[in-house]
Amino acid sequence: MSDVLTVNKLKAYYIMNYFGTKREVRAVDNVSLTIRKNEIYGIAGESSSGKTSLIKVFAAAMRPPFEIVDGDIKFDFGDVKIDPYAEDKSKVDALRWSHFSYIMQGSMSVLNPVRKIGKTFEDFALKPMGVSKAEFIPLVIEHLKKLKLSPDILNSYPHELSGGMCQRVTIALATVCRPKFIIADEPTTALDVVVQKEVLSMIRGIQQEMGSSVVFVTHDMSVHANITDRIGIFYAGRLVEEGPTKLMFEQPKHPYTYHLVSSIPRIGDTQRRTSLEGKPPSLATPPNGCRFHPRCPIATDKCSQENPELVDVGEGRRVACFHSDKVKPLLEAAQ
Amino acid sequence: MFKVFSDLMRYNIEFAIGFFLFLFVFIFGALSFFSPVDPTQIYMLVPDIKPNAQYWFGTNSRGQDLFWQMTFAVRNSLLFGFTVAMMSRVLSLVIGLVSGYAGGWADRILMFVNDIFVSIPVFPILVLFFFVLRDDLTTLNLAILVALLGWAFDARLIRSMMLSLKHREFTQHAIFSGMPMHKIVLKEHLPYIMPIVFSTALANMIWSIGIEVTLAVLGFANISIPTFGTMLYWANNHSAMIAGIWWWILIPVVFIAMTFLGLYLLSVSLNEYIDPRQRLRRMGGGS
Amino acid sequence: MSKLLEVKNVVKKFNTGGLFSNKKLTAVNDVSFTLDKNKPEIFTIIGESGSGKTTLARMILGLESTTQGEILHEGKLVDGKANRSTRMKFMQSVQPVFQNPFEAFNPLKKIDQYLVSTTRELLQIEDDDEVKTIIDENLQKVGLSHTEIMGRYPHELSGGQLQRTAIARALICNPSLLVADEPVSMVDASLKMSIVNLLQSLRDDFGVNVIYITHDLATAYYISDRIIIMQKGLVVEMGPARPILDDPKHPYSQLLKASVLSIADAGNGQLQPATDLIEIVNRNEGQIGKMQTYEGSRHVREYS
Repeated sequence: MSDVLTVNKLKAYYIMNYFGTKREVRAVDNVSLTIRKNEIYGIAGESSSGKTSLIKVFAAAMRPPFEIVDGDIKFDFGDVKIDPYAEDKSKVDALRWSHFSYIMQGSMSVLNPVRKIGKTFEDFALKPMGVSKAEFIPLVIEHLKKLKLSPDILNSYPHELSGGMCQRVTIALATVCRPKFIIADEPTTALDVVVQKEVLSMIRGIQQEMGSSVVFVTHDMSVHANITDRIGIFYAGRLVEEGPTKLMFEQPKHPYTYHLVSSIPRIGDTQRRTSLEGKPPSLATPPNGCRFHPRCPIATDKCSQENPELVDVGEGRRVACFHSDKVKPLLEAAQ
Repeated sequence: MFKVFSDLMRYNIEFAIGFFLFLFVFIFGALSFFSPVDPTQIYMLVPDIKPNAQYWFGTNSRGQDLFWQMTFAVRNSLLFGFTVAMMSRVLSLVIGLVSGYAGGWADRILMFVNDIFVSIPVFPILVLFFFVLRDDLTTLNLAILVALLGWAFDARLIRSMMLSLKHREFTQHAIFSGMPMHKIVLKEHLPYIMPIVFSTALANMIWSIGIEVTLAVLGFANISIPTFGTMLYWANNHSAMIAGIWWWILIPVVFIAMTFLGLYLLSVSLNEYIDPRQRLRRMGGGS
Repeated sequence: MSKLLEVKNVVKKFNTGGLFSNKKLTAVNDVSFTLDKNKPEIFTIIGESGSGKTTLARMILGLESTTQGEILHEGKLVDGKANRSTRMKFMQSVQPVFQNPFEAFNPLKKIDQYLVSTTRELLQIEDDDEVKTIIDENLQKVGLSHTEIMGRYPHELSGGQLQRTAIARALICNPSLLVADEPVSMVDASLKMSIVNLLQSLRDDFGVNVIYITHDLATAYYISDRIIIMQKGLVVEMGPARPILDDPKHPYSQLLKASVLSIADAGNGQLQPATDLIEIVNRNEGQIGKMQTYEGSRHVREYS
């Protein structure tokens, strides 16, 4: 099984210079990961974890002052292999929508408010699909039917649809060319719970039908639990733990993951949940050693001096913690 | 304050150029205080001497030393622009703040007046005033008139900023902290509005000096006072172009261009520096 | 029993459309409940966007007027347009906590001023040392220290710290009621529970009544005593929190509960929408129905 995306030791920083105040923000710091064919890979992390920056790199949407400092990134779509930052920009742009696409948080950044939905489909998808206009419309309608959307929406304007419906339309738009790789950036964060579940189920359905890969970014762990196959947990620009979703929730091996999973309250369970102390570190001035150590209840001297490497611990999991083999007993003892 | 200035000088080339241009023009204008000649006197010197070592800018057809004449013109024009900018800023700030803060009927009436001032044509009105007032149209009177005609756009801008600030959560938070409204406006909202006042003040100076030049070139101003506009008026009046007295035209034009460019660059670079979002980023906030 | 807050048949209608349009949107429709002064509780209002929960909170704070019905605070009508001394008295007793901690503090100003102003203006304390002591005490109540907060700008703190500071500020005037509108929705996951636990300790340790407005059923279950569930301005279910959330009776409440994503079976996506419930909810839409009372002081809206 080959991988759609291979990221190797990627470092991407914001290098800013405002009137003499120089700042280097290490938003993506030494990240290696692969996205496999036909899976939903979840990226989890809170604010300033670097998750938004990472998907900017994936989407080949980097703009100064954000730049790649080191490492490389390769796409393998089967028919095309490409390094988006080594190749000419026009070559990358030619693959947009047809080979990789995005589902954003707000549908309004994609849907033009003064154009009918059908026209928007033409704007984005007609060229990448490489068919004539006469063939195009039936294809779109067929696709909409697959997603259980009425073809009538092609004749409506975005403001005539509800927020949930708009988000469904953007999903239809992102998948109409059957891309191999889809980036979903907090696609359901702005939606109410009922609609959220419907939209998530739609993303899962179309992903399985097409066999594509989806990178799904959200801070909401309960969304990750239900839609992803594998999760990568990011903290302060680094990947701290990665593995199959089920194992990540059942036996987290990094204290941060452990905390994220155990602090989620559930209906029917009144057990006391706690929060971590302190705040997420600033990416401009991260702490030495393990970046989580100032907030970690089981940190030792070693943690404040050395940076734990992300190591393979079997079962398809990788963890960056010196104490990964005994996180649970140590944390329980620390409480 | 000095830190801000040195940062700007070092890292913003537009600011540095603008600053030096303006400083040059400003010092040149200040030289008028040391002038050995009275700028209103005519035929004191041999007319139409080309610029040379003794008379750097030459003399004009009216027998005046153009160097000293120019220093007075710069001083008067800058002073005019400054007066207009100050007066119109006070007007737009007060009207914008009151209108945005009070809302309701006060807002509607003020904005009705505002719309009238936005839509009346400035130039014909000023020409009309010239024909009515004639010699009473001193520089100060003209400045007041132009200021009265030049506040409306920015008052609307300030009002709309005020409206959005009023609905920000931190305003509610301040109210529930027991802060009186006047304190909230002065302490919480003014830091957002002052930058706009500064940068529009510079833009307003450019606009008002431009108005003065236009009026004076056509003779609709007190032509005995040397300004950018009246210098060009006299040059035209003596057909300087045809007579080959090119320096009489060229020198004022160069000074006008330097003043406008200097003010424009200052306004643009200050705008960028003062913008609260930019300021926050420099402080290390935002992302 | 002395009543702290009485919300009596409150209706709020907004004009939608232009100046001459007569279209009205009923944001809050006939809501009533009472909070008791001597029995502090966490009263939770649950709803999705457009349910009217935020409008209701704004009316309780006096930031919005009611179209019909009235809101009484300790027997006096809540009126946002009252004179300053009346409003100050109200604010000494009722304080808000806002949704977005980064918006609730002026980013260009130090955080101190909100704390100092509350102490000086609302508590009428002049002496500098005394002001400082009071601020310290209240910061400690929320688990923060003087050095962590004073002299800082909002961007130097995390969302969790800011939100706790906002609560500390509200506590300075010893309020009897705190209105918290989605206080955790903008706070990072790892810091969320500190805010939720703090709300709980306000009730248990300081005897403050809390109106907690949220769309999150799980945290509501975790801390609430009583809840109301709102749908499009109407209260559909009301009563003790845990019995309702364990076994909701109204179809809309059932739908909300069914839509909550569980982490119990992580990795095996449970994403089938509850289509049968959605159908029932859609069928009932637009009907007003009537509130019925059940045992355990539970109220459920029923349709004929």
